[in-house]
Amino acid sequence: MKTNFDFDQIPETGWCPGCGNFSILKVLKETYDELNIDPKKLVISAGIGQAAKTSQYINTNCFNGLHGRALPVATGIKASNPDLLVIAEGGDGDMYGEGGNHFMHAIRRNIDIVNIVHNNMIYGLTLGQASPTSRIGSKTSLQLEGVSLEPFNPIAVAISLGASFVARAFSGDMQQLKEILKEAINHKGYALVDVFHPCVSFNKINTFKWFKNNTYYLDENYDNTDKIEALKKAFETDKFPLGVIFKNGKKSTFSENLNTYKSDKRPLFKREVNLKEVEKLFLSL
Amino acid sequence: MKNDYSIVLSGEAGQGIRTVELLSIKALKDSGYNVFSTTEFMSRVRGGNNTTEIRISDKEVQSFIDRIDILIVLNKNSIYRLENRLTKDTLIIGQDSFIDDKYKNGHYKILNIAFSSLAKEIGGTIYSNIIIYGLIAGIFNLDLNLIKKYIESNFLTKGKEIIDNNIKAVITGYTKGKELKLDVKINTDDKIKSQVLLSGTDSIGIGALAGGCNFISAYPMSPSTGVIHFLAKHSKEFGVVVEQAEDEISAINMIQGAWYAGARAMTTTSGGGFALMEEGISNAAITETPIVVHIAQRPGPSTGVPTRTEQGDLNLVLYAGHGEFPRIILAPGNFEDGIILTQKAFNLADKYQVPVIILTDQYYVDSFKSTKAIDFSKFKVENHFIETEENYVRYKFTEDGISPRGVPMHGKGFVRFDSHEHDEEGFITEDFDIRTKMTDKRLGKLKSFSNDSIDAEIIGSKNYKTLIVGWGSTYGTIKEAIEEINDDDIAFAYFKQVYPLPDNTKEILTKAKNLILVENNATAQFGQLIKKETSIEFNTKILKYNGMPFSVEEIIEKVKNKK
Repeated sequence: MKTNFDFDQIPETGWCPGCGNFSILKVLKETYDELNIDPKKLVISAGIGQAAKTSQYINTNCFNGLHGRALPVATGIKASNPDLLVIAEGGDGDMYGEGGNHFMHAIRRNIDIVNIVHNNMIYGLTLGQASPTSRIGSKTSLQLEGVSLEPFNPIAVAISLGASFVARAFSGDMQQLKEILKEAINHKGYALVDVFHPCVSFNKINTFKWFKNNTYYLDENYDNTDKIEALKKAFETDKFPLGVIFKNGKKSTFSENLNTYKSDKRPLFKREVNLKEVEKLFLSL
Repeated sequence: MKNDYSIVLSGEAGQGIRTVELLSIKALKDSGYNVFSTTEFMSRVRGGNNTTEIRISDKEVQSFIDRIDILIVLNKNSIYRLENRLTKDTLIIGQDSFIDDKYKNGHYKILNIAFSSLAKEIGGTIYSNIIIYGLIAGIFNLDLNLIKKYIESNFLTKGKEIIDNNIKAVITGYTKGKELKLDVKINTDDKIKSQVLLSGTDSIGIGALAGGCNFISAYPMSPSTGVIHFLAKHSKEFGVVVEQAEDEISAINMIQGAWYAGARAMTTTSGGGFALMEEGISNAAITETPIVVHIAQRPGPSTGVPTRTEQGDLNLVLYAGHGEFPRIILAPGNFEDGIILTQKAFNLADKYQVPVIILTDQYYVDSFKSTKAIDFSKFKVENHFIETEENYVRYKFTEDGISPRGVPMHGKGFVRFDSHEHDEEGFITEDFDIRTKMTDKRLGKLKSFSNDSIDAEIIGSKNYKTLIVGWGSTYGTIKEAIEEINDDDIAFAYFKQVYPLPDNTKEILTKAKNLILVENNATAQFGQLIKKETSIEFNTKILKYNGMPFSVEEIIEKVKNKK
């Protein structure tokens, strides 16, 4: 089915047949469509990597910048025009490795964006090295004896830093992914959606079947507003919980806290500086 | 009788020398004196030895001089670093115990004033600074009522007792200053009273606001941080988004997001921080995102001498970023130009969609000067983005290489920026022909730059035989030096646009028989650039790279030797 976010001509993707990114792309376009999002009001800020290429395949505004830097760019965009829906998208290496410092501080800012991380526990575009989320013991083209580093736990880190929305999904369940994305987009504040997906070419360990066997759905009665319970869930790694793990809708956002929009809601591009006022300031120094 | 005084305050970090400096230069300026002050300090919060030089003059001055007329010492270790700047005419003022016996040999004039004992009598050593302020006001015969008024407004929130004690302190100092009966014969000028007392940092901040800057993100790094502080202080009135980034990499990317969404954004940093931004500069180049970067240079490599000054990062800036692309580099030498060039930087960045870099240094940003009013009516904030049509493409091939820039939600089109080589629509491409065409397009964007190019300014004789070439912050010092030398054969070419080289470069250089290059670095980086672009070589180079700015005397001596 064609969505508002499809190009007239379907672009040729750079992904391998069977790649989890195809499902994520399909769900994203349908989600935006079903939420009646105006494509003119959407911006995708993406880094570099196979996941970040998603921005090239959605018919909307985009800033496809540097590896690891999607979050600062997204922050600059949202802070300059809070009326835009801003998505920061990339893979596990992009967001948690190269962009790790930005990941921590975007959360602390509670910038009102959705941070979608395609997490396949491997580097694809650079041909199969370990990623920050690779499990201990995983043998790769570079970690020949197997990974020895403790895997990065984005869910626990995000909750600890006060993220206002933290979720994990799996590309194998497109319906749940869609529901989580809708909730993340409707959430006010920073929202992390970490999406497990298989890499068919380079990750022979964490396959579709592996993800299926090593995940479970959060119970209906699970209270995702309890931070300590959420942290306990975040540390479950023998089977990873799927769903909205933590949510706090009461935090003020980065843009709300800025002086800039307190009395004037217009985005920056609609404003003009009053040179007379600058001159006054100059003369008062 | 002297018509030019230099007062040096010397003490340790944490003693409040800056307070005395700021209060004094304001009172002096408001009384009609030309003032300039510059500070050199060690990289520490307490202790060490820091000095501030205040110049009071008949003429407009903006330069550091070696000569010290009055040295006010605030602690025991205040003199040894200044020894070679003392003359028999220097008056050393301070507590007896702060002045080492070796200076009491009759070579120097010494006046013992025990600032801290006097302050204790008033209510505590905390009042020492205000006594010194009073002393300076007394020496220059300022209106005591005016000084009292400043004390009252400065300590307004501190209560009556504190105000009264400070007034006592200022009177104590003032009386001592008058008693000195120094033969100060500096003419005051009513016009100066209405001038503005500006720091180099202020000049960049005011210029940014006048350029329509409404977004700044930066990571603190001396000596550049003052600019984000300035904009933070005025963010409410001007609606500026101010964000302390987690690192410089974030800052340079954040401002690109901001420009993309239609803001006019800048960052401020020093060489080390800019080194981290290089990849981001390259990203701005291929995505054709305008950016403005202020760099206040300090001596490297690495941490180097962090609180000192140098013009050592021109090459870094000239060649920053992987890949081939154009850029514009501006280097103000005085505070009027600081405002004018920073204002212009935003328009140039927007117009040509290239990185625009403003290059200053510690000496520039940390100095203060009474500065003439600027004509703000000449400024115009030029927005170059367009309202997009349905079929808008971001990287349209055009005659001048500049593709109209859209902003999301402004018009009917999609705005797609891409860091890969891309086609006109902004999609990844590996088509060899498009790659070549896009590279040519980007490199050609400054073809029409001539219209905006800022010529080097010739100061001094128009019929020069010897031309001194300098750029950026050495302006005031070279200018004063050639005024002192007063030789019809000598002129000074002040470059405030260092890249691209101004159109008149070759013409003014070839007119001279003798070229002298002055740079505050070790490798004559601007000289190298001129040689590369014009094949003109400097045989005489005056270079300084110990972390201090040039003094006027130093330039005079070296120019006379090499003329």
